[in-house]
Amino acid sequence: MTVAIDRATGKSRGDRVPRPGLGQRMKNSLQKYWYAYAMIAPVVIVLAVLVGYPLVRGFYITLTDANSLNSARTIGVNHIAATYKFVGLDNYKNILFGPLSYDRFWSHVIWTIVWTVACVTLHYTFGLGLALMLNQKLRGRTVYRVLLVLPWAVPTFVTVFSWRIMLADSGAINQILHALHLPQPQWLEDTFWQRFAAIMVNTWCGVPFMMLSLLGGLQSIDTTLYEAAKMDGANSWQRFRHVTLPGLRSVSSTVVLLGVIWTFNQFAIIFLLFGPTSAPDAQILVTWAYYLGFGQQPRDFAQSAAYGVLLLSIVTVFTSFYFRWLKRNDQLAV
Amino acid sequence: MSTTTLEKQAGAPAPAVKPAGRARQPGERGPLGTVLLHAGLMAASMIAVAPVAWLVYLSLGPDKNDYLHPGAIAGKMSFANYGYVLRHTEFFSWFKSTMIVALGTTVVGVLLAATTGYAVSRMRFPGHKQLMWILLLTQAFPIAVLIVPMYQIFSDLGLIDSYWALILVNCTTAVPYSAWLLKGYFDTIPIEIDEAGRVDGLTPFGTFFRLILPLARPGLAVAAFYNFITAVAEVAFATTFMLDDSKYTFSVGLQTFVSEHDAEWNYMAATAVLIAIPVSLFFYLVQKNLVTGLTSGGTKG
Repeated sequence: MTVAIDRATGKSRGDRVPRPGLGQRMKNSLQKYWYAYAMIAPVVIVLAVLVGYPLVRGFYITLTDANSLNSARTIGVNHIAATYKFVGLDNYKNILFGPLSYDRFWSHVIWTIVWTVACVTLHYTFGLGLALMLNQKLRGRTVYRVLLVLPWAVPTFVTVFSWRIMLADSGAINQILHALHLPQPQWLEDTFWQRFAAIMVNTWCGVPFMMLSLLGGLQSIDTTLYEAAKMDGANSWQRFRHVTLPGLRSVSSTVVLLGVIWTFNQFAIIFLLFGPTSAPDAQILVTWAYYLGFGQQPRDFAQSAAYGVLLLSIVTVFTSFYFRWLKRNDQLAV
Repeated sequence: MSTTTLEKQAGAPAPAVKPAGRARQPGERGPLGTVLLHAGLMAASMIAVAPVAWLVYLSLGPDKNDYLHPGAIAGKMSFANYGYVLRHTEFFSWFKSTMIVALGTTVVGVLLAATTGYAVSRMRFPGHKQLMWILLLTQAFPIAVLIVPMYQIFSDLGLIDSYWALILVNCTTAVPYSAWLLKGYFDTIPIEIDEAGRVDGLTPFGTFFRLILPLARPGLAVAAFYNFITAVAEVAFATTFMLDDSKYTFSVGLQTFVSEHDAEWNYMAATAVLIAIPVSLFFYLVQKNLVTGLTSGGTKG
């Protein structure tokens, strides 16, 4: 048994041995790497069962007209067999090009993009600003840090309810606005303000993670770089632009990717802020897909699953482009 | 750690102070800079704390409409809501469900993922890259992809309304995440240790179980904490799969106080505080490791 434990690619390049047949190659590779395969087996099996199988089944559902009325179900002691039928790609056609496609799909796509871009930009900007402030030598820095992390420490499903109380018609925020003689929007009823409120709450929830990650990044920048820059007469803006930002690049590329994925998939905030059935126009694609599948009667499983497949394609395409882009700029060592 | 940073960022948007006259030593700041820095951080901290503090305050008001007249609460503060929640709601059943689901997810996630993390950290085998890519992508799965087929599969198996359903669903994210994070941690353990083990005649499995695993305890702990916290905070699947109100987890139970017909905000607030205190204490204990785990797992790929 060979030991391929080092990180090199295994073989040295250049030695051209005639390529053996497929069966032989598989046998060889199994012999050589059997312990690696044995070690990854648990995860591969679990993922195949828990992710692979549902994925295939979900894709099949999108090719049918399944809903809660024709799916297999048990009422009391009677078991009713499934009666849904195969409809090919009709669900996708309907979603993407059907008569209601703008109201039901494209408007949500646009809002989801706005939501993701706005939230991640705000997370990053505030996160970086606060990280820079916390990185200063300052009395009470630990206290600030503990307080600023609070939105991340308390579970989202708790804090969203707190925001819901504050944003209610005569809740705390409108009472403050009233006292200041400012207009008091209907945060949870009017579409524009619903969206505004959703972005606001998500920003509040997401900043601490960015702040802590970027703070970690700031602290790993070599201080001699700043001294050298100072020697060369760089002013503070130039030092920020040419030392701090490049130093944060690898942390930034990771947290921005995570931020985009989390925000795009953010379910809890919108679902809990507006309740399961209200605010159809403020739903992003994920919550809207959930609404189609579970928030209405009859539950439209096929459409919901089709939204799921579309969402997954968007995430996959985005992630692979992002990685390609990072690799081209040499910011990632995958 | 750097203390010699930029006085420029003092008051993030407005350039705080320009060096006046004399050249300042690194790390020095004008008094105005310090004031602006404190003001900025204080304002941000206020915003960060206010919603939570407000929840705590409202939980002390005994009437369900007290949130509309917060001024009145100060005069009649009481812990009545807490008493009610603990005695007359399903709080303890929710606590039990949450614990079962979260601990189950944690144990399964970490146990299964450990060997994989090691394999992808140390060995290059055909399919390595694809596996890494799948592990990463699974974490990016929108819940909408899996929720419908999972619902149907679990209905077929009669697992709707059982803890197993939730544990298995949570594992779809917990397992790949733990593997990814543990890979990052194993990368930091010097490879010479493996080599020493190999030279002394251990098999690859022996090296892993006898040498690396004991060294990786902090990494395992971080993965466990993160799985635990994510499982506690999971909303979508718990809401959909749990039907019996004594089996609700906290994230579902909390929603029951607010329906279309009635909103018992005072009890909701009290329950929320009772949940938030242990979870956030737990979170503070591990938060530093959490951040390094999350970002280093990604950057070091």
